[in-house]
Amino acid sequence: MNIFQYYLCFKGIVFRESLRFFYQRERFFSALVRPLVWLAIFAVGFRSFLGISRPLGQPENWPYPISLVPYELYIAAGLIAMIQLFNGMQSSLSMVYDREMGSMRTLLVSPFPRSFLLISKLVAGVSVSILQVFAFLMIALFWDVQPPTFGYLTVIPALFLSGMMLGALGMFLSSAIKQLENFAGVMNFVIFPMFFASSALYPLWKIRESSEILFYFCSYNPFTHAVELIRFSLYGQLNEKSLVFVSIYLLIFLILAIYGYDPSKGVILKKKV
Amino acid sequence: MNSSALTIKTLNHNFGSLKALDNIDITLNEGDYSILLGLNGAGKTTLFSLITRLYDNQTGLIEIFSHNLKKNPTKALANIGVVFQQPTVDLDLTVEQNLQYHASLHGMRKKFALNNALIELKRQNMENILKKKVRELSGGQKRRVEIVRALMHNPKLLLLDEPTVGVDIESRKLIVKHVKSLCKEKQLAVLWATHLIDEVDQNGKLIVLHRGKVLANDHVKNILRKTKTKNVSNAFDYYTKD
Repeated sequence: MNIFQYYLCFKGIVFRESLRFFYQRERFFSALVRPLVWLAIFAVGFRSFLGISRPLGQPENWPYPISLVPYELYIAAGLIAMIQLFNGMQSSLSMVYDREMGSMRTLLVSPFPRSFLLISKLVAGVSVSILQVFAFLMIALFWDVQPPTFGYLTVIPALFLSGMMLGALGMFLSSAIKQLENFAGVMNFVIFPMFFASSALYPLWKIRESSEILFYFCSYNPFTHAVELIRFSLYGQLNEKSLVFVSIYLLIFLILAIYGYDPSKGVILKKKV
Repeated sequence: MNSSALTIKTLNHNFGSLKALDNIDITLNEGDYSILLGLNGAGKTTLFSLITRLYDNQTGLIEIFSHNLKKNPTKALANIGVVFQQPTVDLDLTVEQNLQYHASLHGMRKKFALNNALIELKRQNMENILKKKVRELSGGQKRRVEIVRALMHNPKLLLLDEPTVGVDIESRKLIVKHVKSLCKEKQLAVLWATHLIDEVDQNGKLIVLHRGKVLANDHVKNILRKTKTKNVSNAFDYYTKD
């Protein structure tokens, strides 16, 4: 196989995901409804008494150009990461479904290396999630969530990295989930703890005031770093610590996912595909 | 002498404590039309999963046109076309989009791949379904699309895992006839797994798989002679009767 054939294969996988996305528009809209409910109801409801102010002596935790940000502006980054988290888990769910229904086999019997096929599938899923994020950001303008214009550009690499990390986590989970029915467990044990024990809804320094243990848990939560990477990049800044964490988690989840789908080593060996 | 399309030697596979395949030896040459006959649960799908590298073989050897599947999966898999037991076409996409996706998974240019597919579709009088969504096709048409898809990249070994399940009698006959003609014309090696005795070709080869073991592997005529039976059904009973 030469490089051009690799390109054709990658293009084909991305094209198929885009087509599926196009044909399943309800999936696109339902993915938008979830963060919009948080933004339009939850954040607006809490707005009057939950503005977030700049923490004293912690400039590294504050990307905003103003000292007091309205709550809906604060949670926007968390909701963007939420779109990517659900997109990653949705892809994971569809991979379990594809595996049960058989269509996953078509991908897995391709002569290209399995790691290449899985990474291509991840990139395809992330591209879809970036489109969803931009649709959300457009609608969020109605609630005055308006990062600087260059922020729409600088956020793209952050979205790509965080999307890849959350997608790789989903892919690893899909290799470990035996049946579709077990997916509810993922919701309870992965999505909800990741989302609530993060800086998506409240800043970490506020959590620390209430519970030191929870603070440490949140500090190492991959989702926290996805949120912070996105939050800073929306304002044209780089949160280096989060970049390092997201990159390390991406590498770990990717290795686990590739291991999970390896025909000789992974968990897939222990069950019928 | 024909070269070996598929060589399986001392292959075993377990699911936990369950022995799914026990010391399997199979050889298939170019142009061979072999039926893998076994009851449900005999190990046919597990064997196919190993040949297509959905699982790695824990023991033994699998070679496809002399390429070791474990050591050189890219070259080995490039020679295989597969029709799985479960339908694997995307119902929401058109036939053309499904074929295009498959072509890309084999690193083929769209135009070249679709030309190949069109030849196959024409052979089966199905060229008008290219723009149709797979959901709109009948069960038999879907299966035939899967066969067309499996042949797009010009494989030399075609694996079919119960391809006629859920298909009406007429479509079944068409599929069997079509695959046999492919085997003859293209010197394609075919391994066709089934539990339906009437799909066995009297002039072809028969492999009887029962509880993970190969009990017979020979030309049908030789098997009938050895077992002193009149038909495949009786020969199958002869081997599998406890």
